[in-house]
Amino acid sequence: MVKTLPFRHARAAGVDEVVVPRRHPGRWALALVLLVMAVMIVEGMVTNPAMRWDVVGDYLFAAPVLEGLGMTLRITVLAMAIGIVLGGILAVMRLSGNPVLVGVSIGYSALFRSIPILVQLLFWFFLSAVLPTIGLGIPFGPVFVEADTNTLISRFGAALLGLGLAEAAYMSEIIRAGLLSVPRGQSEAAAALGMSRGRALRRIILPQAMRFIVPPTGNQAISMLKMTSLVIAISLPDLLTSVQTIYARNFLQIPLLTVACFWYLVMTGVLSVGQLFLERHFGKGVRV
Amino acid sequence: MTGDALVRAEAVTKSFGHVRALRGVDLEVHRGETVCLIGPSGSGKSTFLRCVNHLEKIDSGRLTVDGELVGYRRARGKLYELREREICRRRADIGMVFQNFNLFPHLTVLENVVEAPIHVRRERAADARARGRELLARVGLADKADAHPAQLSGGQQQRVAIARALAMRPTLMLFDEPTSALDPELVGEVLDVMRELVKDGMTMIVVTHEMAFARESADRVVFMADGTVVESGPPRELFAAPRHERTRAFLSKVLM
Repeated sequence: MVKTLPFRHARAAGVDEVVVPRRHPGRWALALVLLVMAVMIVEGMVTNPAMRWDVVGDYLFAAPVLEGLGMTLRITVLAMAIGIVLGGILAVMRLSGNPVLVGVSIGYSALFRSIPILVQLLFWFFLSAVLPTIGLGIPFGPVFVEADTNTLISRFGAALLGLGLAEAAYMSEIIRAGLLSVPRGQSEAAAALGMSRGRALRRIILPQAMRFIVPPTGNQAISMLKMTSLVIAISLPDLLTSVQTIYARNFLQIPLLTVACFWYLVMTGVLSVGQLFLERHFGKGVRV
Repeated sequence: MTGDALVRAEAVTKSFGHVRALRGVDLEVHRGETVCLIGPSGSGKSTFLRCVNHLEKIDSGRLTVDGELVGYRRARGKLYELREREICRRRADIGMVFQNFNLFPHLTVLENVVEAPIHVRRERAADARARGRELLARVGLADKADAHPAQLSGGQQQRVAIARALAMRPTLMLFDEPTSALDPELVGEVLDVMRELVKDGMTMIVVTHEMAFARESADRVVFMADGTVVESGPPRELFAAPRHERTRAFLSKVLM
């Protein structure tokens, strides 16, 4: 039998030594070295006249920069939307048990994950060279509607297709992993209550899978935000293209790229906070 | 042992790959009857139970619930697998309680209970919620309606699972080892709820290792081994004077 002694008894018994945690002098030394290096770098950048901080300030809120920023945000949101919706469909196809749908889903992922995104962007952009018109009609029969490919797939459209279709391939893997992470018993319980597979997926499985889907999707969104800068290859006026157009005239590359960096940092920060809130929302019922 | 057979199984077989889980099960369960399936693990008790609501497809034989084939339709001398809608409609009338409760963790207790009545039966939300609260009161959990499953003990979770199944007004209740995952001191509260159902005349098939429950509450006890029914009879007879050596050996191990 072990008896817990009240505090004053412990004192009286002479076991009142103070506990001293282990010291970590190495950590302090390392922090100091890094701090000095950081101060040196910042000092060097701030005092360097070639950095032209006045130019950074002038262009931070300049109209073309803000317009480019808007374009970057629009592409990010729309391409992610395409990726999530199409990725969700591909994930459900993959898990459907229908061999045709499973095959299509696997083939899609394999194709779009194998080709560099930059190549896909250029491909959609130059598609009109081999396919001048796109029409809708009966296979091998009459065509009802026909449109010029260049009108149908604008620069903007090419950007969305290039980024969104590739994103769908990655999102389908993330969503599939999320759906598979929900224990089998959940779909069995739903089935035993007479729910169809579709209803069980929407009402029971997907809400639980969200907890596993949201964090990697946040990563994808952040990575998409940065990947939009690839549209510079098809001259779509996004944030990067806008600052490039400016420094092509005034040759102040670093100050203008600093402007772009500032906005990318801000947008990534906002997305990270949004991700935090989503995670909290979908963690409901799991933590007590 | 009154009324006609609600569940009728004839020569039902089921294999998982090379493992023959059921090798010709014959069994009848009558309306209002409580049947306990007992037997060593791997004897096919749970598999048979899962066949009754088509969570597992049978390979051969005939299995009917309320006169309708489970999962199939007979036409021109062949059995055609049913469409999903039909399977769901029939499952909705059969309640099932699982060993691991399988409550929906993202929904509150009351939401768990009313989910299927509202979205499968298309009951009005207000009616379903009122009845859901009634059922929770019946299993002694009226005050837990707004809790999440993770906040409940195992015994409480299993009682919610029973209320959830009852909310669909089932004609048949299936229990798959409902107390096996519970701490010993929580088994009693779940068995109490099940005894109430027996009293109310619910038709029940219970796979269990609770011999005391089988002895007191079952109308009939069925002993299964190696995928077949070895023997069945009223609990008093089966426990006191088993006819088969297998039954005797099993009972001598579980009845101390």
